[in-house]
Amino acid sequence: MTAPSAADTFPPELRLPKRRGVELFLLVGAVVVVVLGYVAVGLARTGTLPPDAARYAAGLGLLALLTHLVVRFRAPYADPLLLPIAVLLNGLGLVLIYRLDLATPGSRAAPAQLVWSTLGVGLFLVVVLVLRDHRVLQRYAYLSMAAALVLMLVPILFPPVNGAKIWVRAAGLSFQPAEFAKILLALFFAAHLAANRNALAYTGRRVWRLQLPTGRVLGPIVAVWLLSVGVLVLERDLGTSLLFFGLFVIMLYVATGRIGWIAVGLLLASAGAAAVALFEPHVHARVTDWLNPYATIEAGLGPSQLAQSLFAFAAGGTLGTGLGLGHSVLIGFAARSDFILATAGEELGLSGLTAIFLLYALLVARGYRAGLSLPSPFGRLFAIGLASILALQVFVIAGGVMGLIPLTGMAMPFLAQGGSSVVTNWIIVALLIRISDSARRPLPVVETGVIARPEAPVEGTVK
Amino acid sequence: MTRYIRRAAAFCLVLLVALLVNAARVQVLQADALDANPANRRLAIARYHQPRGAIVVGNESVTGSRDSGQQLRYERTYKNGPLYAPVTGYASQTYGTTLVENAEDAVLSGTSSLLSVFPLWNDLTRGRHSGGRAVTTVNASMQQAAYAGLGGKKGAVAALEPATGRILALVSSPSYEPGVLSGTGRAVESAWSRLTKDADQPMLNRAIRGTYPPGSAFKIVTAAAALDAGVVTDVDAPTDTPDPYVLPNTSTTLPNEASGCGNASLTYAVTVSCNTVMAGLGVKVGLPRMLEAVRKFGFNDTKLRVPSGVAKSNFDTRMSPDQLALSSIGQFDTTATPLQMAMVSAAVANGGDLKYPYLVERTTTSRGTTVSTTRPRTYQRAMNPATAMRLRQMMIDVVRTGTGTSAAIPGATVGGKTGTAQNGVGNIGSPYAWFISWAQADGAVRPAVAVAVVVEDASANRGDISGGGDAAPIAKAVMEAALAARP
Repeated sequence: MTAPSAADTFPPELRLPKRRGVELFLLVGAVVVVVLGYVAVGLARTGTLPPDAARYAAGLGLLALLTHLVVRFRAPYADPLLLPIAVLLNGLGLVLIYRLDLATPGSRAAPAQLVWSTLGVGLFLVVVLVLRDHRVLQRYAYLSMAAALVLMLVPILFPPVNGAKIWVRAAGLSFQPAEFAKILLALFFAAHLAANRNALAYTGRRVWRLQLPTGRVLGPIVAVWLLSVGVLVLERDLGTSLLFFGLFVIMLYVATGRIGWIAVGLLLASAGAAAVALFEPHVHARVTDWLNPYATIEAGLGPSQLAQSLFAFAAGGTLGTGLGLGHSVLIGFAARSDFILATAGEELGLSGLTAIFLLYALLVARGYRAGLSLPSPFGRLFAIGLASILALQVFVIAGGVMGLIPLTGMAMPFLAQGGSSVVTNWIIVALLIRISDSARRPLPVVETGVIARPEAPVEGTVK
Repeated sequence: MTRYIRRAAAFCLVLLVALLVNAARVQVLQADALDANPANRRLAIARYHQPRGAIVVGNESVTGSRDSGQQLRYERTYKNGPLYAPVTGYASQTYGTTLVENAEDAVLSGTSSLLSVFPLWNDLTRGRHSGGRAVTTVNASMQQAAYAGLGGKKGAVAALEPATGRILALVSSPSYEPGVLSGTGRAVESAWSRLTKDADQPMLNRAIRGTYPPGSAFKIVTAAAALDAGVVTDVDAPTDTPDPYVLPNTSTTLPNEASGCGNASLTYAVTVSCNTVMAGLGVKVGLPRMLEAVRKFGFNDTKLRVPSGVAKSNFDTRMSPDQLALSSIGQFDTTATPLQMAMVSAAVANGGDLKYPYLVERTTTSRGTTVSTTRPRTYQRAMNPATAMRLRQMMIDVVRTGTGTSAAIPGATVGGKTGTAQNGVGNIGSPYAWFISWAQADGAVRPAVAVAVVVEDASANRGDISGGGDAAPIAKAVMEAALAARP
């Protein structure tokens, strides 16, 4: 890459390094780790190298190289950690799913997941190539809100799967629309809050110690929130409901800085959770299961899924049994999706699990970093929204399968089996790449040599 | 806004820390408790992940293993399953283990810490030992002779080496194929329900778990008690017993099958099996001294293990004199396992020194390095050596001139005692035919074997059932095999 012509006018300390070499180096590392994992599973399960290991390594390497090249040329200032982490987590997920496939000869999920992952990478490339500036998205705030609501409403028309009406089935394919809806909701919240954050924070009537904003500003937010929560209760998807609610509270707090919102949010959440836990049998069962995971054992009915999951984590101990050598398949039908982390916990142990959690933490931290570096409120809120989606989702599902909080059906980002999930997460990473590129890009220089911050013209364009 | 972003980031950090702390809680602090939860299948999976160690008879393994490809992978197979079932028991993924499979399970499944040269190293690497071997004391040719002798009739054989207590044969008939219980699934379940519902109780190990009234075979114990107690000092002197004998404090008379029992000597009474003399002697010895005598032979011992538990052989501790009289000829509530009666015979053959019976000679690693050895030890001194000498001679007379002539073996000294025990209230069931014996090759220092045989064939004609007729030939075959096995 040639340096831009304006480079000479920069003070040297302001010339931000692009770090594309670092990204490439880390990508090679990620691909090597994944291929070694794949080989380790093959050796452990059959005693021989997987016959297609070389092809698999080449395919993964090519895909990673392609993403790297697109980022290098179209988002050269993007954060170099985002892409390698995504590749590593997605590759590790594929290894774990492949490993579970070997234990259940009747059903295979890895090939489909590979197709979905490739599709996700494809969409990643499309987003990075087509979306030149994330600020464009601000224009589509209300459109995305409408789309999100439609996406969340559609599954009501379809029959429930395993107790939750969150699936849309068509032409032999099934996907979870709520997965896509979360990006759209984050986009809407970011745009709406960026435009109205002052109004939310400082205007309107004062009730006791709370400053209530005007209905014109608060209305759309409350409406979207009520609808999403209502719909999700109807669809019995507590996890997504929790995710949306947490996202909503975090973004509202970051936009307004009012601790009162958090208090109200927590109160509403507790009340809602208590009500749902009491009256909704599907959720009620989850809560009782969480309070005593071994109740079914004591009743002579065998271990529950949660108990099986805890057994798997315990079997892993500190160092794990080794890839391919655990028995997390005992968990049953959700071993590849909701409970994929149990396989990681059993076969990689506490050490491997900690590494995975740290990878997610890095991903989230880099999203926050990009948000902090951006000048415009929309970009900041959007980046933080996207990063928070990842953080909340990891916490809700990991906490659920490890008995920290009641279990809610959600997909571990990148790791779990699930087409809509992996595609959505690749889009999230693409958006973060785009946003971080803007955040770390050198600013245009005006004649005085003072760096201009293009904040003012962007504000309020949502109207 | 920046400040709030930092706070939100801190919140995410709190979530991460909560996850890490929770992971450590589950994977480190609670790991052992969760591993040990009985509903956790991992222990069972690890246990059946490798072939089970062999159970050895002579130099040959009587067990095998097959890879089922199932989750509980290696299933037990048996060679000559029905023949050795009373020794091996079964090892089932579904129904657990019994007998040697159960008693030596830790060695056979490879979980025993004894198998490890460096125990700590294996704890660290989580490695498992391959299953060790359990070498039994059973002699294959004697086992086969006993099984063939019973020929499918209900009954049991127990044979001991008197000098050591090694169990040389342990046969129960009818038997079953323990291999059908290996593994999981519907076939195993239906085999289990078929075997457990079978009226012939093929899974009952009659040799150590079956208890029968010992009948006249018990007269050896009564004779030992009378001699040790000094009630009889001269075995050839007439005893003061009328024929028929009226049970004390009753008007019930006790008859004899044999003739010449009135005031007969102890030797004559044992040789032809006089009920009257032995019942009278039991009463003269009295309940406390009888109890002491039977205890020394192993009766009323609930803790006898070989290493599997042996059913208690019973001699009531509270009885009226008439009940004591009946008990002294092996009737009333007196019951004994075939192993118990083999112990009685072994005690006589071994000069009164009764050895503790055992079935597992030693255990080894899969490569044959010995892990543990069972050493002979004395169970009790069952009687005075002089008493044993006299009883030996009486048992020899039984075979030479008495009721047990069909057990005589040329080239060997054989002692025996027949028994025909009444069965059921009012003697309505078919009687049990007993024969207990021992054999010593001419010129040998010690007796080679002591045997007890019981036959409970309900279909046989009652008149044909007698210890001498049904049980003695089986005992003879077993003794011949034992004598042939010794150089």
